[in-house]
Amino acid sequence: MRGTGDAAEAENDLRRRWVVSISAFDALIAADQKIENKDWMPDGYRESLIRQIAQHAHSEIMGMQPEAAWISRAPSLARKAVLIAKVQDEAGHGLYLYAVAETLGARREDLLDALHEGRQKYLSFINYPTLTWADVGALAWLTDGAAVVNQVSLCRTSYGPYGRALVRICREESFHHRQGFDLLHTLSRGTPAQRRSLQEAVDRWWQPALAMFGPPDSRSTHSASSMAWRIKRAGNDELRQRFVDLCVPQAEALGVRLPDPALRWNPERGHHDFTPPDYDELMRVVAGHGPRNRQRLAHRRRAHEEGAWVREAAAVHAAKQAAKQAAGQAGRQAAEWEAGRAAAPDDARAAARETGGPGEGWPLWEVFVRPRRGLGHAHAGSLQAPDAAVALHSARDLYTRREEGVSLWVVPSRSVTSSDPEQKEAYFAPAADKQYRHASSFPPPEGVEGL
Amino acid sequence: MTGLPEYLLGLGDDALVAAQRTAEWCAKAPQLEEEVALANLALDQLGQARAFLTYAGELEGEGRDEDALAFLRDEHEFRNVQLVELPNGDFAVTVAKTLFLAAYQNLLYTRLARAAEPRLAGIAAKAAKESAFHVSYASLWTVRLGDGTPLSHRRMRDAVEEVWPYTHELFEPWAPPEAGLDPAALRGPWLEVVGRALGEATLTRPQDGWAATGGRSGRHTEWFGLLLADMQSVHRAHVGARW
Ligand SMILES: [Fe+2]
Ligand SMILES: [Fe+2]
Repeated sequence: MRGTGDAAEAENDLRRRWVVSISAFDALIAADQKIENKDWMPDGYRESLIRQIAQHAHSEIMGMQPEAAWISRAPSLARKAVLIAKVQDEAGHGLYLYAVAETLGARREDLLDALHEGRQKYLSFINYPTLTWADVGALAWLTDGAAVVNQVSLCRTSYGPYGRALVRICREESFHHRQGFDLLHTLSRGTPAQRRSLQEAVDRWWQPALAMFGPPDSRSTHSASSMAWRIKRAGNDELRQRFVDLCVPQAEALGVRLPDPALRWNPERGHHDFTPPDYDELMRVVAGHGPRNRQRLAHRRRAHEEGAWVREAAAVHAAKQAAKQAAGQAGRQAAEWEAGRAAAPDDARAAARETGGPGEGWPLWEVFVRPRRGLGHAHAGSLQAPDAAVALHSARDLYTRREEGVSLWVVPSRSVTSSDPEQKEAYFAPAADKQYRHASSFPPPEGVEGL
Repeated sequence: MTGLPEYLLGLGDDALVAAQRTAEWCAKAPQLEEEVALANLALDQLGQARAFLTYAGELEGEGRDEDALAFLRDEHEFRNVQLVELPNGDFAVTVAKTLFLAAYQNLLYTRLARAAEPRLAGIAAKAAKESAFHVSYASLWTVRLGDGTPLSHRRMRDAVEEVWPYTHELFEPWAPPEAGLDPAALRGPWLEVVGRALGEATLTRPQDGWAATGGRSGRHTEWFGLLLADMQSVHRAHVGARW
């Protein structure tokens, strides 16, 4: 039994340590340094990040649907290839982002459950229909364009893993944005019917794209704290304005009218004036009352449920292989497995839970890629896989599809041991005053060569 | 006797229809990682289709490019095997179709890469590398589903049995002299590749029975008209438009 005095002492100690930690954290933020996943961080920071990253990841994978619907009908084979590659990228973006959330202790399965049960949100534009081929272009030009504006600013976020994922994502988003513009530009020089569909699609997507920047800062519930923690680096209003200013000349090049009678250049502000999006509609659609909310979510849920047996089969197979290997190592006969075939899956499922962590999710793997011009393997990101062979296949598809690599390593994330951030000084500072380890400390005398 | 242009149409149509079916998985795959993998499969197949169709159009000399061939031919003018038209079914059916097609394509492309006709050899050499990965991917999933849970075992077994009758068409005597090969001779090595995956998956090779036929001469399944109607709808609604 502890006395009350001990408890008070312990609480004081905890408080002292918290004050030290929070001032170290604040100092890192103030110095524009990156926070890494093992660094101490306030609960609010961690929660804000998980909420924002989850919503971002959900938007990437939900956003596949309005465009995937047009892959089968793409009117040329070249456009079909581009569209498949784009929708594929969005799956990859979702994947990179769920992996970032996992560095903060969230699990992909839980986040997906939250999406499927409507507890977490995704961007509202996804709940509008894509009615024509021109919508595929307008969607990419406007909403991927808005995403580029948003995410380029986010690349400087204070959370290191998020920033690194965003750098990769931004590179791919600019391809999405460009191909959308290119698609529309072709329509703009096409038949009267193509030009009409172009204008109608832009009319449909302008407002949903503006709404992507969220409510005005004055009405945003999370904006202020996210800015203070440098999770977000620019406000909603500033980014929306930047987007409008970028779109106006591009719309001119397309020969389309942006559907806003109030849109005009304001020389005093040095920006375009425009009608802000209808925030009440935005809030309604985010809350689930847009034209396609039900179908989009039902589609997503169905895909997840129909895939459950596949995910489980792979996990069970991996566990069987692991058990066989263990049995072999222990000198037992692998034949036991064959004899007890009917009972094996349950055991294997239990083992799968052990190897794969709790629940039905596959374990996480870290991927290292050796670039074409590079001597060493560098960390590229993470993925989920039931076993090493699947992990290698997925790593190839996910992290080398733009010719990034010539060799791959995959390592189970749980096998990585990292240095303790609290020992940063003890580990790394002492090396600083031992300059005598460097050849440059010994300048050769004039005229002596070959040293 | 099959001429080279028609043969190229067959190779291109196999790849095009396979791409069309595989891409139907977009936004429906069992896991995000598989979204990326299946899209890569579809993109490889689509790339092969474009190369073969473009070449076929040029040899034909009537000014038809890849799009004219893909979007403006009618059902009976397509030369693909029926295997690639089959609906995707569940993931096991897709895995079975992919394994059977990829194993055939890999053997075929590897041989065509040595053909005397240089352009055909060039396209095949590139496609052979792609199909080698497809074989690896499909084998890996055949094994995991076949030797997974009782449910996945049953589904993989049913899928193999359902698709098997459509594999015979791949080996019908249908190749021009330029190809320098006898398709029937591919079946032995094909059975070896496929048999290895099935064996590791604790599955047995189905008995040969009824065999689908007709795709190479333009007779297709009842599913194919729907696939084409969907694929060609936008292109055909705007005659002469550029995209
Ligand atoms: Fe994206
Ligand atoms: Fe995008």
